[in-house]
Amino acid sequence: MDALLLSRFQFAATTMFHFLFVPLTLGLSIIVAYMETKYIRTGDKTYLDMTKFWAKLFLINFAVGVVTGITLEFQFGTNWSRYSAYVGDIFGSLLAIEATASFFLESTLIGVWIFGWNKLSKKAHAAVMWLVALGSHLSAVWILVANAWMQSPVGYTIREGRAELTDFAAVVTQKFAVVKIIHTISSAMVLGAFFIMGISAYHLLKKNNVDFFNRSFKTGLGFAVVFSLVVFIMGDLNGVVVGEKQPAKLAAMESLWETQKAAPVYLFAWPDEENGRNTIEIGPIPGALSLLVKHDFNAEIKGLNDFPKEEHPPVLITSFAFKGMVGLGTVFILLSIAGLFLKDKLVNTPLYLKIMVAAIPLPYLAIQLGWLVTEIGRQPWIVYGLMKTAEADSPIAASQVGISLAAFIIVYGLLGLAGFYLIARKAIQGPDMDGDDNGHGAIGQPLKTA
Amino acid sequence: MALQNIWFLLWGLLWAIYFITDGFDLGIGSLYPFLGKSDADKRTMINAMGPVWDGNQVWLLTAGGVTFAAFPLVYAVMFSSLYTALMLILFALIIRGVSFEFRHKIDDPKWTKIWDTCIFVGSVLPAILFGVAFANIFRGIPFDQEGVYQGTLLTLLNPYGLLGGLLFLLLFLQHGSLWLSVRSQGPIHDRAVKTANGIWPVLLVVAVVFLIATKFATGLYDNYLAHPVLFVIVLLAVAGLFGAKVFLSRKEIFKAWVASAVTIIGCTFFGVVGLFPNLFPSSIDPAYSLTAHNASSSPLTLKIMLFVALFFVPLVLAYQIWSYQLFKDKIRTEDMMY
Repeated sequence: MDALLLSRFQFAATTMFHFLFVPLTLGLSIIVAYMETKYIRTGDKTYLDMTKFWAKLFLINFAVGVVTGITLEFQFGTNWSRYSAYVGDIFGSLLAIEATASFFLESTLIGVWIFGWNKLSKKAHAAVMWLVALGSHLSAVWILVANAWMQSPVGYTIREGRAELTDFAAVVTQKFAVVKIIHTISSAMVLGAFFIMGISAYHLLKKNNVDFFNRSFKTGLGFAVVFSLVVFIMGDLNGVVVGEKQPAKLAAMESLWETQKAAPVYLFAWPDEENGRNTIEIGPIPGALSLLVKHDFNAEIKGLNDFPKEEHPPVLITSFAFKGMVGLGTVFILLSIAGLFLKDKLVNTPLYLKIMVAAIPLPYLAIQLGWLVTEIGRQPWIVYGLMKTAEADSPIAASQVGISLAAFIIVYGLLGLAGFYLIARKAIQGPDMDGDDNGHGAIGQPLKTA
Repeated sequence: MALQNIWFLLWGLLWAIYFITDGFDLGIGSLYPFLGKSDADKRTMINAMGPVWDGNQVWLLTAGGVTFAAFPLVYAVMFSSLYTALMLILFALIIRGVSFEFRHKIDDPKWTKIWDTCIFVGSVLPAILFGVAFANIFRGIPFDQEGVYQGTLLTLLNPYGLLGGLLFLLLFLQHGSLWLSVRSQGPIHDRAVKTANGIWPVLLVVAVVFLIATKFATGLYDNYLAHPVLFVIVLLAVAGLFGAKVFLSRKEIFKAWVASAVTIIGCTFFGVVGLFPNLFPSSIDPAYSLTAHNASSSPLTLKIMLFVALFFVPLVLAYQIWSYQLFKDKIRTEDMMY
């Protein structure tokens, strides 16, 4: 394998791994801050216990998320140096702003929050958690602005053999970025909510701390109902923007080969990339794609066969990942709505609770599929229409990348195992209801060596 | 052009702040197996940096991010040239970071031992490698006209590079033992003070050797000889070094730590100012070197980023100083969260 392919594997592996942890950080930061605020508003100690229990899981996840993010910023230089040199004027500044304006906030204040139970007033302590959440979300915003620019480059000109910034506001406010930001952040809320509902369901099935987990479930449910709908709506808008800016990606998402009016959506299609057609097509819904993307039943949609073959993204992965994501998004809405009807008799509906336990991994899967659509669907471009991935890698030896890739797989694999093991273990142990006001027994381990 | 020169200095400043802040974390981590005799000692060491290490580490990302934003060509060539060294640093920082959180989560000596090892390796390796990398940058890196690196990891492990690694390690060991002294009490405090005292003469000797070796291995002194007033930077580093000793003997530990921070700033700027206007000099041909002027971003990007930096860096410093202020007292066992 050459350095390019290895670098692609490495980048995919490290970003996808990093993004196993980021959505939970985003979602739970808000929900934990909300719980702590509830505690201050009501004075009800259960909310304090909830804050501490969910924060304990949040912090394990946070640690893995933070450290695995470090490598990403540097990999553009180590593995994608030609890309960095070509677009650094724009892309680099977005990453630098992310670190300065948001990552600092999150990382500095998380320490204050963990250690600050005795040092700050209750209100100030809760405010710190809100600021952590703000920092995490702003980080996501800047990274997504940067990613949106790779999908749809705007506000630049080519000068002296590289892309130079001409309009910063255009980069930050373009529709592609806005839609992607809301879609991604909402999906993180769904993941956080399903995480809380799933773990609560596990304990409700065993009738542990019923009041505690009933309330936790309902808190998660509120977020799940709202954001599963927002994800879906923004996903639809995302499709419209993709249709406008990345027509080849859209065609790949839907396995659409021939340009046609009243283009259909297939419930299932198996693409034959060699011959430019689908081997199997089941359940075409005529005009559905035209309607979704152009809001006009009869609108013409360009098929893949009208794009040069070397500009086709891998159709099989893109279309399957897309269909999987949409299917899962639908499941989240249905499960959330079912929750609305069952929320006052959860302990009496073990079937629903079992489904919700089993559903914990599904938002993770949906989010990973979403990134596959976004990133694989963008191929062969690294910056859509501007720079090909094959022109972007570093002039380095394949052996170097091979070794680092192997090291990433081993180290990240072990870290991921340890991280998820700890989260599962602490989740199953349940809350420590004796935790006192200063956070011991909940956030830190009680000291045995005092 | 003025904007590029400002960014050059800011670039040096961000590295200096990273070395001052995360430097003591790396130092404490490197001393971890030696000073942490009991589990209580170890927890004291981790908790001494507990509230602040994560925020400290972001200065590295900022230094890297600013390199990318202001000098994209440097970012591209530097990090692809130093590929393996940088990867080692990143892996080390990864395992260090999770260890603080993971270590105390399961009460089993085997589990704890794994993360104890990670804390040590994850600290000592970056401490040395940052020094190796920067000494090699001072010396010049063998990369060609196309920015392609003509060496291996071993190329970096030349005597001057290793000397730089040793210097950084000692600077961080002193800085870390002082911070640990500030935040601890009892036997661990006494051991930390003793360590700081023990490291000092070694650091002094290595620093002197490094200054002399720099004369032969690099062209850093050219700028100083052209503008002798710049030697004030060397004086600053020396003053910091001796200040640390004086304050340490007077038992004014926090002041000694500040003096140690001044030493680190002095050392960083000694190199940065000597490099100017080079950011990443080529040892194959000076004409290939990447400078503040031939590798920078467009004036618009530099301007926008300057606004960002002038607004956010002071803001970040303000809330970081607030957090340091909040956790300046001696750690008591009931304050330990890790």
